[in-house]
Amino acid sequence: MTSAIEIEQVTKRYSQVQALAGVSFSIGAGEFFGLLGPNGAGKTTLISILAGLTHADSGRVCVMGHDVVSDYRAARHALGVVPQELVFDPFFTVRETLTIQSGYFGLKNNTAWIDEVMENLDLTSKADANMRALSGGMKRRVLVAQALVHKPPVIVLDEPTAGVDVELRQALWRFIQRLNRDGHTIVLTTHYLEEAEALCTRLAMLKQGRVVALDDTGNLLRAQAGCQIQLRLSAELPAALLPQLLQRQENGALRLSVVDFDHIEVVLATLRAAQVKVLEMEIVQPDLEDVFVQIMNRS
Amino acid sequence: MTGFYTLFYKEWLRFWKVRVQTVLAPVLTALLYLLVFGQALRGRTEVFPGVDYTTFLLPGLVMMAVLQNAFANASSSLMQSKMTGNIVFVLLPPLSHREFFLAYLLAAIARGVVVGLGVFAATYWFIDLPMAHPLWILGFGLAGSAVMGVLGIVAGIYSDKIDQLSAFTNFIILPLTFLSGVFYSIHALSPVWQLATHLNPVFYMIDGFRYGFFGVADTSPSLSLVIVVSCFFCLSWLTLWLLKIGYKLRP
Repeated sequence: MTSAIEIEQVTKRYSQVQALAGVSFSIGAGEFFGLLGPNGAGKTTLISILAGLTHADSGRVCVMGHDVVSDYRAARHALGVVPQELVFDPFFTVRETLTIQSGYFGLKNNTAWIDEVMENLDLTSKADANMRALSGGMKRRVLVAQALVHKPPVIVLDEPTAGVDVELRQALWRFIQRLNRDGHTIVLTTHYLEEAEALCTRLAMLKQGRVVALDDTGNLLRAQAGCQIQLRLSAELPAALLPQLLQRQENGALRLSVVDFDHIEVVLATLRAAQVKVLEMEIVQPDLEDVFVQIMNRS
Repeated sequence: MTGFYTLFYKEWLRFWKVRVQTVLAPVLTALLYLLVFGQALRGRTEVFPGVDYTTFLLPGLVMMAVLQNAFANASSSLMQSKMTGNIVFVLLPPLSHREFFLAYLLAAIARGVVVGLGVFAATYWFIDLPMAHPLWILGFGLAGSAVMGVLGIVAGIYSDKIDQLSAFTNFIILPLTFLSGVFYSIHALSPVWQLATHLNPVFYMIDGFRYGFFGVADTSPSLSLVIVVSCFFCLSWLTLWLLKIGYKLRP
């Protein structure tokens, strides 16, 4: 199976900052891939290099087997990018914007597909409205539509739900998942880890221009975080268990890390020996945020 | 082809949609110059023998409007796109640097030509302008607007802020277009200023353009055309190179 995206030893420096310090990984066709990392980790730089908006200092990037520099035409035909910022051209209506975008990709009579995309993104009623007149959510939908006019096999979304209301976020999630089911490879960058956890089957985490984690979402959740239990106790936590204390919740509950399920027995035994009664206990499944924080702190 | 044509069409629409600002306003400005200078100097000076000053002035003003607007179209369009961020929609598609260049250039020429025709149309009924050599008029009109279009692309790529573009316009383009013999004959200047004017490529555009109307020029029109076309090729080569390496557009 051809890789949708191949990134080999990519470096990029911006005067004082090493934005990417040798990033390598590949994304298989049809995957729903998440690219995570704190601000300044290099996610947007990597996407820019992928899209041809920036030149890497060294390394090689291919989209559907086409080098983004030497074979840029084919690479760009295969890629649709939804930028992070709500950029638009204030001179044109929604339909004009999409028609022009289609034209850039060599598509003269794309009306039928444009109509379909607008309908799927609930834009039909605004087809002849000027871009300036649209709400933020509408503009974001147009950005997604613009990335789809040429039916690219690979779609990159740079923080698509940043600052978006719940209803639109859900609608976008459903839409992007449908695109993935239809065979498009999706690459998503996001700060909303619940979103990455819900949508992405595989993740890469970047920190300071390096890949610090690269695995299936399920594996990351299982391998890294161990287990956690949330307890409400009748008395203070015994000193012996303090090293395992992760967090004191506002309602007085305590969150402890345990190595595995067997270890819970040890914790309970320690509490019993200290004559501390367990009022409430909950086994907490680690979420991606916990994994992310752990990995970032470790690196 | 479709990609290039779409970009050209988009750039055309960009200025045509706001033609009051992009076409009508420059036409009015040219008319104002014509009115003010024509009134002030009427009957007092005759640059070409037998040619009334206002009549002499008109082709120069037309050319000035053509040149300034060709420059403005490319430079302001690129500048605005960069500032608002929507340049990304032009950089993401598989357009080559040549297609990019040609589209912006042709749109700049189109704007220049439309404004030029507008000035002619506005003055047609009250100024009787001879047309000794129409082909030279066309040739210089296109060559001049092409040079300014390319310059506009360079300025648009280079400028990151409105300040920078204003500086380019006010300290380079305006002096070059004003001090090019539009309002006077070069022979009326001191030798030093004559030399300075001979170093100004815009002078040759104006001189050659005027030749097309009156059959009289300060310099041989063939030489003027060679100079203007050479400028175009040199600037185009530079601009294509800048676009190819992604200077400021693809850092």
